[in-house]
Order: sequence, then C-alpha cells, then structure tokens
Amino acid sequence: MKTFRIGGIHPAENKFSAGKKIIKANLPKQVAIPLAHYIGAPSLPIVAKGEFVKVGQLIGKANGFISANVHSSVSGKVNKIDVQLDATGYKRAAVFVEVNGDEWVETIDRSPEVKRECNLTKEEIIKKIAEAGIVGLGGATFPTHVKLSPPPGKKADVLIINAVECESYLTCDHQLMMEKGEEIMIGISILMKALDVKRAIVGIENNKKDAIALFHKLAKDFAGVEVMALKVQYPQGGEKQLIDATIGRQVPSGALPIEVGAVVQNVGTTYAVYEAVQKNKPLFERVITITGKSSKNPGNYLVRLGTMLSEVVDQAGGVPADTGKIVGGGPMMGRSLMTLDVPMAKGSAGVLFMQDTESVRNKTQNCIRCSKCVNVCPMGLEPYLLMNQSEREMWPEMEKDRVMDCIECGSCSYTCPSNRALLDYIRFGKSTVGGIIRSRQIKK
Amino acid sequence: MNLILVSILTLVVIGALSAIILFFVSKKFHVFEDPRIDEVEAALPAANCGGCGFPGCRGFANACVKADTLDGLLCPVGGTETMEKVAEILGKTVVAAVPTVAVVRCGGTCDNRPRKNTYDGVSHCFIAHNLYSGETGCSWGCLGLGDCELSCKFDAIHVNPVTLIPEVDEDKCTSCGACVKACPKMLIELRKKGPKSRRIYVRCMSQDKGAIAKKACDVGCIGCSKCLNVCPHGAITITNNLAFIHDDKCKLCRKCVEVCPTNSIIELNFPPRKVKEEQVLTPKVE
Amino acid sequence: MDKLIISPAPHVHSGDSISKNMQAVIIALMPAYLVALYYFGLGALIVSLTAIISCVLFEYLIQKYILKGENTIKDGSAALTGLLLAFNLPSNIPVYIVIVGSLVAIGVAKMSFGGLGNNPFNPALVARVFLLISFPVAMTSWPVPEALSTHYLDAITAPTTLRNMNFGVQPDTLQLLIGNIGGSMGEVSGLALLLGFVYLLYKKVITWHIPISILATVALFIYILHLAAPQSYIVSPLDYLLSGGLLLGAIYMATDYVTSPMTKKGMLIYGVGIGLLTVIIRISPVYPEGVSFAILIMNAFTPLINTYIKPKRFGEVVKNKK
Repeated sequence: MKTFRIGGIHPAENKFSAGKKIIKANLPKQVAIPLAHYIGAPSLPIVAKGEFVKVGQLIGKANGFISANVHSSVSGKVNKIDVQLDATGYKRAAVFVEVNGDEWVETIDRSPEVKRECNLTKEEIIKKIAEAGIVGLGGATFPTHVKLSPPPGKKADVLIINAVECESYLTCDHQLMMEKGEEIMIGISILMKALDVKRAIVGIENNKKDAIALFHKLAKDFAGVEVMALKVQYPQGGEKQLIDATIGRQVPSGALPIEVGAVVQNVGTTYAVYEAVQKNKPLFERVITITGKSSKNPGNYLVRLGTMLSEVVDQAGGVPADTGKIVGGGPMMGRSLMTLDVPMAKGSAGVLFMQDTESVRNKTQNCIRCSKCVNVCPMGLEPYLLMNQSEREMWPEMEKDRVMDCIECGSCSYTCPSNRALLDYIRFGKSTVGGIIRSRQIKK
Repeated sequence: MNLILVSILTLVVIGALSAIILFFVSKKFHVFEDPRIDEVEAALPAANCGGCGFPGCRGFANACVKADTLDGLLCPVGGTETMEKVAEILGKTVVAAVPTVAVVRCGGTCDNRPRKNTYDGVSHCFIAHNLYSGETGCSWGCLGLGDCELSCKFDAIHVNPVTLIPEVDEDKCTSCGACVKACPKMLIELRKKGPKSRRIYVRCMSQDKGAIAKKACDVGCIGCSKCLNVCPHGAITITNNLAFIHDDKCKLCRKCVEVCPTNSIIELNFPPRKVKEEQVLTPKVE
Repeated sequence: MDKLIISPAPHVHSGDSISKNMQAVIIALMPAYLVALYYFGLGALIVSLTAIISCVLFEYLIQKYILKGENTIKDGSAALTGLLLAFNLPSNIPVYIVIVGSLVAIGVAKMSFGGLGNNPFNPALVARVFLLISFPVAMTSWPVPEALSTHYLDAITAPTTLRNMNFGVQPDTLQLLIGNIGGSMGEVSGLALLLGFVYLLYKKVITWHIPISILATVALFIYILHLAAPQSYIVSPLDYLLSGGLLLGAIYMATDYVTSPMTKKGMLIYGVGIGLLTVIIRISPVYPEGVSFAILIMNAFTPLINTYIKPKRFGEVVKNKK
C-alpha cells in the first residue's frame, strides 16, 4: 500500500465521532461572520448596519486576487461591522447579524436531488467557484479559484482529492464522504473539467475502509477517477506528502504542486464546489467535528459560518468538566482556543476537548541527540539543529538548512523524548527568516 | 650529558627559526590601521553593546575616525563625557546629546489586568506573540515573558515577578535600544530622561476602543481626550484611541496626570503631592 | 474548569521519554547480565552493583554540590552508564578501580561537558580506556568462566579467546555464542547480546544502521585479509564477529545516541569507520581488542559527519509518475 516516502508518525486515531451521522446545528441567535481569512487579504464589507440580509447573500467582496467572497449564513438584520476575537487569538473584522428566520436567496436550488449534468465551460466553472467564496476547507483556506488558475505556462495533468483526514479525532471529511459520496464524485468531475485534466485520484487512508469501498463503487460511473487506499501515516494530508504518496512525485523546495503537474483539493472543498456549481449555493456552512476523550456526545455537526462555537458545543453535550485545553482543529496542527466565544470560520474543522492531564506539556530536557526528530520529519529536515539555530538567532544558517521547507506538521515535537519545543522555535525561525527573505526581495 | 646538550640545541634552533619566520611574516602581512582608532577605542566604555549602531566599540571608533564630523555619532553608554574625550583625540567638536532612558509603556500588572488563560508554551515573548494575543483581555499589552530582560547587557531591566511587568533601573540603563527591539509588542520607548530624572508618559499602548480597553485593564488609556484638553502646551495627541505625550513639548506641569480618569498617565520621580489621596500615584519604578 | 491552557501546536505527544529509552536498553542488556552472573558469579555481581551505584551516586553528588542544579538521576542514563561500564570490565577487578572508573565516566566524560546530551565521547568507553591505561594488569586478567562462581578477586585467570586467536588457536563458535569463554563481563555471550539487539530494534530504540555496518565492515575486511594471507588470518568471519567486545560495542556502545551521527547515511559512514579501525587495531600487535578505541576515535568524527552529511531532503528526487 502506498504512502509518502520520508518520515511520518502514527499518533493514536481516537476517532470517537466516526460513523456519527451529520447533525444540522440549531440556528444561533446571532452570528459574527469573519471577513478575515487565514490566507489572503480580508474581504471588504458591502452591507451596512441595519440592512436585512438573506442566507447566501454576498456580504463581503474579495479584496484582490488572493482573497475570497463572504456570504451571509443566516437571514436577519446587520447589527454592526466590528472586530471580533476569533480562533487566531486576535480581534479581526466581522459582520454581526441578528438572526431572524431562515430566508434563503432565491437563486439557491434547495432540492435534495443529486444533479449530475454540468454543461458549463472551464472558465464559467472557475468564475462560479470564485463567486461562491470557496476556499480550501482542509484548514489552509487558500482561495480555490486561485488554485484552479495555474500561472501561464504551467498545466496540471492530475487532480488529487485529499480524503485522507490524517489528523486524530477529526471525522468530518469521512462522514461527508459516506453521506454525500455521489455529490463529491460530481464535484470531482467538475474540478477535472475546470483544470482540464483527464485523471483524478482520491486518496483515502486505510482506516476508512467503508469510504474506500463506497468510493470504489461510485468511481465506476465516473471516467478517469481512481480511488487509492493509502497506508495510515501522519501527515499524509499535507499536499506535498499526498502527491508523493499517490503519484510518486516530490514537489521541489519552494515550489507549488503545479510544478509537478498536480493540484490537490480537500474532499470538503470538492463538495462545496458541487453545491456552488450545481445548486448555486455559496459557501456559508460546513461540517465540523466536536469531540474529545471525555466528550459526552462526540459528533459531526453542520454549522453555519459565524456561529459562536460555544453555541454548537452546548448542543453537543457541553464542555466536559475535566477540560484543560480546547483545540480548534486537530491535535497536531490546531490552535488552542482562548475561549469558545469565537465564531466558526471556513477553516474550522473541529473542536477538541483535551483533558487537563494531557493539556500541560511535560518538562523540557536536554537534547539527547537520538535523531528521532530527523527520522520522522516528512520534509527531510533536522529539527534539533533548526531549534538550536533558532535559539541562537542564526538566521542565515537556518535558511541554508531549509527552514522554509517546514510544513509545521508537528511530528518532531510529538516524537521528541526530551519534550523539547522543537516546532515553537522552528516556527519563530521560519517567520523571522521569511521576513528577511521578503525584505531582500523588496530591495531588489 | 650529550643527549641533554643535543636536545637543548635542537629546541633553541627550532625556537630561533620560528621567531625569524614569524618576524618576517608579521612584517609582510602587516595591515595598516590609523593609530587613532586604537586611541579612540581606549576612550570608549568597551561594552560592545551595539547601541551606537556600529558593530562593537572598535566599529564605532573606526566610524568616528573616518567621519568628517561627530554629528550623529553617539555612544549612549558613555554619553556626553565619552564623546567629549573622543572629540579631543580627533580634534573635532561634539554637541551634547539629550540623555534618554527606556520607558515601559504598559501598566497591565496582575492586579490591573486580570489573566484569563494560562500560557504553556516556550517562555519567549516573540513566540507567544506569534501564537495569540496573550493571557489577558488586552492584546496590546506586555506578555511578561522577559525577552527585554534577556536582551539587556547592562542588567537594567527586569520583569517584576509579582506584577509581571518589566521595570527599568534608570541608573543602569544606557539607552542602547536593545530592549526596544526585543519587545514584539513595541511597548518600550526611549524617552528623554528629563530634568532631575522626571518624566511623564502614558503607560498604555492599547488602540482598543475605550470600553474594551477599560474592561481588559484598569489603567488602560480610553482615549477620552481629557489630557489633551487640559494640556497648556499642546504636548498631547490622540490617535486610534490612544494618548501620546510628546516629550519635546511636555513641560512636566502634571495637569494631565491629575485629570486622567483611569490613572493611565504616570509621573516619575516627582515629589509627592500635598492632597488628593485617591490620586496617589506609584512612585519611582514602573 | 480552571483557566484554559493556551500553547502552540502540537497538542499531543507520543509519550516517549528519555527514561523509557534507557529502560529499554537496560532490559535489552538483561540476557547478557544473566549470562555474566551465571559464568562469573559473585565477581560479576559485585562489580556491576558497584559500578551502577557509584555512577548514580556520583551524578547525584556532582549535580547537587558542584553544579548546584537539578538532579537527573531519574532518567536512568547514569545507571545505564554504570551497567555498560561494568560490562566492559573483567569480573575480578577490585572495587576501588570500578569506583575510579565511575568517577571518570560520570564526572569527566559526562558532567564536565554539560551533562546528558553534551558529551562528545561515550562515557563508559572513556572510563574503560582510562582504566585500561591506568591499571593495565588488572584490566587484562580475565577470569575463566565457572558456573555460579563464588570467586571474586581470587578467580582463576587465563588468556581469552581473542588473545588465543592471535596465536593461531581456532575458537569454538558454540562457546562464543553461549558465553562460556573468558572476557569482560558483558561481552562473552554472543547470543544474549544478539537477543538484546532484536529487542532494541523491536522497541525502535535503535535502527540497524550502526551495528550492521560495523559488523559487515569487520566481516568483509577480515575475509579479504583471510583471502590475502590465509596462513596469518585463520579465523572465520563469524567467529571474528562473535569474539572480543565487538558485539557489545557495535550494538550497545556505538549506538549511544549522544555520540553517534544523526542521519542514516552518517551512521553508515560512522559504522564503516569503526569496523575498519577495529580490525586495524586488532591485527596490530599492541592491543588484542580495538573496539573501544575505534568507537572513541569515530566519536570524534561525529560532529564532522553531522555537519556535512544531511538527510535526504524532500523534493530532491522528482520521479516520473508510476
């Protein structure tokens, strides 16, 4: 069974919410829809205080090429446009809407039938995706229409669908695959058309055998779509690792996947593409997993954008009493949340309750040079060395030792027997070296 | 006997040969340096702190000798005294510089600014700053992890373990600027030391709106403009809900300190006032 | 629920720790220890306990009174150093020599460089070589194996298999495997040491690279020598590998985390170097055993290897699609 060739770890899966059917979260009383995204410029609001908006109405316009449209996820009156503390731990711009009913924009097709035919051209598809404000739902939230528009001279020859869900605890993608398999397949064929490729590979990790079987069956009706079961290993969901695992090509340092002719899309994003292109439904809701070892009711919930996580968590059985840390996302790369009163954003994939015993880090000790971090790094870096250099502020040396290649997967910190904060220092080095590189380019 | 003689002779010959070779090599590869650089370097405090903007004291000495005038060249550690010595050696003139000192513009102690969560990452301000906005409700304030303390070569700034805010020892501070660069929240400012070491400044950098700032911290600046209105010298400006006292205009009359409703403006090294007990301000160190 | 904890990702940990790794190595050494207790009896017990206790004690005392810092005896590395030091000594060695050895191992070779993680040379080997040079007679009189012996300082000694090999005596492979031969306490039983090797591989404490590269290099080198001069080199490669302290050194000493290279390629170079040096020293007339010196010399090269040998980077190889 294929997998990526360098490094990798095997954290405990803890998929407590596997198999739990997606529950539609209750409509909240008010939402704070974030205008800022993790990647790209924040969108510009086009509604004013007091205006009545409908579900699916455009409320924020993309500001530049690397930005995305934002649509209202509820119907109601715009309360204010102000800053709101979000999952990043900083206050950023959001549109506050007081929910009133559930009126949708008329152009959205709300019928449950699966629509197979798509007669749009490649350009029309990409335009619809851009208008629908679709961003990568795997967590990076990179605007999808940008990924589908390779720079001139570069062409993709294969589309890879990331159905790996390598992070522990999270099951939203898996459940989406089981419930909306055919729609996802149609989304894949739409993306293939948009990229003008004849071949698509759906990469699924081997711990989701039911999804593999289902997709194998569905793929028979879709030309060019191949389903590949992959050996379970973290971080297989990283796009560079996934491309290596599925087609054996390694994206060179500093380059994008398009360099090796591949484009990777998350399976959740693919479903959003289906909804946008076939049902005229922009992106304003997504599935997230609420889970944890002590969680009473771990499950997968369909939540409207801008809903405070505290409201969804209440529905899911509340915060367990022994919670020490709440993580937004998966345990390896998620952000610890300061509070649950943060709005759900497009990139939120889960809420994870960590017990107090496992929330505190163990004491850091000397590096014993065991080289386990070097063995597990999926990018072939030397984390122990990068941490040492970062502590001593040796920025040119870090650049030479390829710190910018780091994908921040956390495998090194996870493995280190001395509990060293490898990734913390490497991240610090990365941001400093990144700044130095940018200022160097500006000077040119 | 013979053996000892041979050993001694051999070593003497080797020693002599090495000395001759070294002599010729040192002459051949000798680098000419203006001897004044050595003289100037000797007059400098030898702290090698980089506060002058040059790499070490030798770098500064080099710059002084090569420059036409001593304008713009200042050793903050040695101050005017050292610059006068340098001027004498080089036969140039020097203008007396205004003494400055580092000032920490945050009053968010544990009492004033309640902690809302516990940080369990690496104890490094830059790393915490990249991660999130901090343990309190104010995203502009001091993180208390001590990058400034680590950066100071003169032992002049220390994080108070009770208040978790750094305090500057003005006798040791040389105004080299290392702590200013080290703080990711840019809270430290080099301000005029002032006559008799008296100075007034706003101990807040929060650009949050008044209600939010006050909720997060008892002594936060709420941008109410009372100080601006009462200042007879036009020394105060308010931008983005934050007041700033310009020390070139401030005449230390203390009117702003009296009117500030949140006690956000600090006066240092002044004699205590006669009345108004509710306005008792913390003296000396902040 | 108290205040929430905020920390950077990742939020989970594998649970691995320094002490877990040390424990695994100690467990892997247990078969060899049992063989040592069986064949060298009381002497083995006294020497090993002295070594372990004095190593731990010295580390505790140095950390408390000289370094005035926290003590790290709980991580098990001092105990492991003690055990490995004991394995490198003959079982009839007096207690005071063992204690001196422990002091050198912990005080000089480990603590003076900054404690665990900072030492450039393997502490147990530094101590062994120090003792070899300082007490050459005591360190080169090896007791004859005797089942459950109650002899300690009065044990009968005889030349070892390794020494006899240099005089043209063919060793008995079976005895080499079981351990019924003379030698340092822990190096006699090839089988027991190999069992420990399998355990360490299973627990993922070490990888195969260093031991296999050392053993393969030695086997190949001695085979070539045998082909070149069959009269002088009569021992088969297998017997050569099983004799002396080669297995102990290759599996447990050379693989010491702190002093070995960090990359797979580096480890192979390191192993080849140790193999070559071992054979060169063994065939020289000065010392019968070369493993300790070989490992210490290659320890000196480890920083150089780490600087220039980098791991395989992602993206260096761009293969065409399958």
